[in-house]
Amino acid sequence: MSRTLHIDWTKCDGRGLCTELLPGLLGRDDWGYPVARRGDRTDIAIGRDDAEAADEAIKLCPKLALRVVGGGAGSSGRPAGC
Amino acid sequence: MDEALWAFGRVSGFVSLALFTFSVLLGILNRSGRRLLVLPRFSISLLHRNIALLATVFLGLHVGSLLLDSYAKLNVIDVLVPFLGAYRPFWQGLGTVALDLVAAVVVTGLLRHRLGQRTFKAIHWLTYAMWPIALAHAIGNGTDGTGKWFLVLAVASVAAVGGAVIWRLSATFLETAKAREGGLR
Amino acid sequence: MTFRETAVPESTGWRAPVGTFLLFAAGTDAGYARHVDTFGPLDVDSVGPELISVLEASGLTGRGGAAFASWRKMAATAQSRPAGILAPRPVVIGNGAEGEPLSFKDKTLLAEAPHLVIDGLLAAARAVGGSQLYLYAGPSNFPALERAISERPAARGIRLAEAPDRFIAGEASAAVNAIATGSALPFDKRRRLSESGLKNRPTLVLNVETLAHIALIARYGAAWFRSVGSAVDPGTRLISVSGPGPDQVLEVAGNVSLGEVLYLSQIDMANVTAVLVGGYHGRWVKPLDYKLSISGPASHVVRPGAGVFHVLPAGYCGLETTAGIVDYLAGESARQCGPCMFGLPAMAGVLNRIAYRERDPRLVRELERLGRLVAGRGACHHPDGTIQLIGSALDVFSDEIKAHLAGTCTTVNGRAA
Repeated sequence: MSRTLHIDWTKCDGRGLCTELLPGLLGRDDWGYPVARRGDRTDIAIGRDDAEAADEAIKLCPKLALRVVGGGAGSSGRPAGC
Repeated sequence: MDEALWAFGRVSGFVSLALFTFSVLLGILNRSGRRLLVLPRFSISLLHRNIALLATVFLGLHVGSLLLDSYAKLNVIDVLVPFLGAYRPFWQGLGTVALDLVAAVVVTGLLRHRLGQRTFKAIHWLTYAMWPIALAHAIGNGTDGTGKWFLVLAVASVAAVGGAVIWRLSATFLETAKAREGGLR
Repeated sequence: MTFRETAVPESTGWRAPVGTFLLFAAGTDAGYARHVDTFGPLDVDSVGPELISVLEASGLTGRGGAAFASWRKMAATAQSRPAGILAPRPVVIGNGAEGEPLSFKDKTLLAEAPHLVIDGLLAAARAVGGSQLYLYAGPSNFPALERAISERPAARGIRLAEAPDRFIAGEASAAVNAIATGSALPFDKRRRLSESGLKNRPTLVLNVETLAHIALIARYGAAWFRSVGSAVDPGTRLISVSGPGPDQVLEVAGNVSLGEVLYLSQIDMANVTAVLVGGYHGRWVKPLDYKLSISGPASHVVRPGAGVFHVLPAGYCGLETTAGIVDYLAGESARQCGPCMFGLPAMAGVLNRIAYRERDPRLVRELERLGRLVAGRGACHHPDGTIQLIGSALDVFSDEIKAHLAGTCTTVNGRAA
């Protein structure tokens, strides 16, 4: 089952850390907020190659606006680690 | 042995304060959403955290070595409860206050994902109280605190942190400030 | 609007209303006696989970706008109820918030036929095993609702919750938030409301018109509901008609044609520039041979959304009207989500420049770019609904755009450039 990176837009402040860690997945819009490069833009599919960087982004997001949804270990809807 | 502990206690206190100063500056820079030359934002975030943790380690060494040192006449209660010390109780008490604040900030920082952003942030703001208190403790309590070289450094770091805080309060602080300016009418 | 009566299932002994005059059949400001007289009694205590399959057979979809099958929401809520006597039972919320300025059918329904809504709320709660019942509505509806609730002992447990008068107050998570915290802001749905909503209980939020239909389907059955409308869009729906004439609420069959709605509203086809269907999050259409239905090809079918039908009279500029609406929508952003908070004002700015005839051909492309940038990025539907409205305006008023970019306007209300 595939994992997705969920952006809580009510928390996101567009600080840009996730877009640096996941440049293939996320770009930035005019105001600095992340934009998925393809597919769903709130629940973004994470490829195998991006799994580690996605976990890192979740850990480092200064606003706790990211979480992993669905599939795989360590993804019960809670953010991974701290 | 005592001589070594005493020296180490002083040096580790100084190193801890210097590292905290650096971490505070990085924290403010990180808040702006900007990069530092080639350093990406997430690296600044990691540096901010790791330097603060290293500073905490040195703070532990500073307190620990002075506890063991007979000359400092420090006991466990002084470490936790401020203003009861034997030597310059006020200035030493400031150190205790700073230590308690550091403990709160570090613990909530490590548990950020569990506590939630609101609690984390409320406690993290205490850093702005912790840093000047720690500096005052160093000046008032440190053997070299009123030495010329230390005061020069202290003035420089007050200027740096103060400047950073003023920058933080300015309208163009956020990297995205300009783009977002027109959005909120 | 015709109203005929025919015999219905012998078992009830009551006569079910037929045609498209159903929800207001008990007349205006119907008290409980007249309500029961008209529709027959509903033995709420005998309602159980089987109502969900009756609703599935009826094909009823939410009349609040999302066109989601009502039975699915209910089934999901019923399933989420944990086992055990002490397990929290679901919360059921009747959503009568109507922040949309062009919508007034829910207010009217709550004022004229509150007992139908209460019937539906009680029946839906029985079907999902719910224990806490709320009616979430604007304060203007409170006196009538309080009176209606006091008329029937079975309804005493229903609590009224005040919906603030703002556009997004009716969004389901905003409704839950308003009841829980007093602030009607949408939130990021970590889990579906049917799993965890108010006080972490499974929560069912149904539009008040949906509840009124449930009240009738619980009485007369699925086949009766399907006797009006089309196979895809069965039953009737309320629409709020506004425009050149007085505001009015109509009850129309599913899959009704735009022409018929105009006819029923006594609006002359010649006096129509375009029709905004579905409200500020809806779509502009020119009234050719469109039908009002929950699904179908966009070339022939327009979704009724929350039932708004706003007629732009001949001689009015659709671009200026839309620019005004988008200004309003940008102002109604809850300012929680960045793309909405900054994207909507940016789009409103560009649209206003087009509407007020700034002669820059790049403006349209910029507006489309902003739409693509913001789409799909918010905790609620507000940005996407706004983008849909703008997209339909660019489409339907394309000739007008050409005129504006050339520095003129084809309509009379257009202000001097």
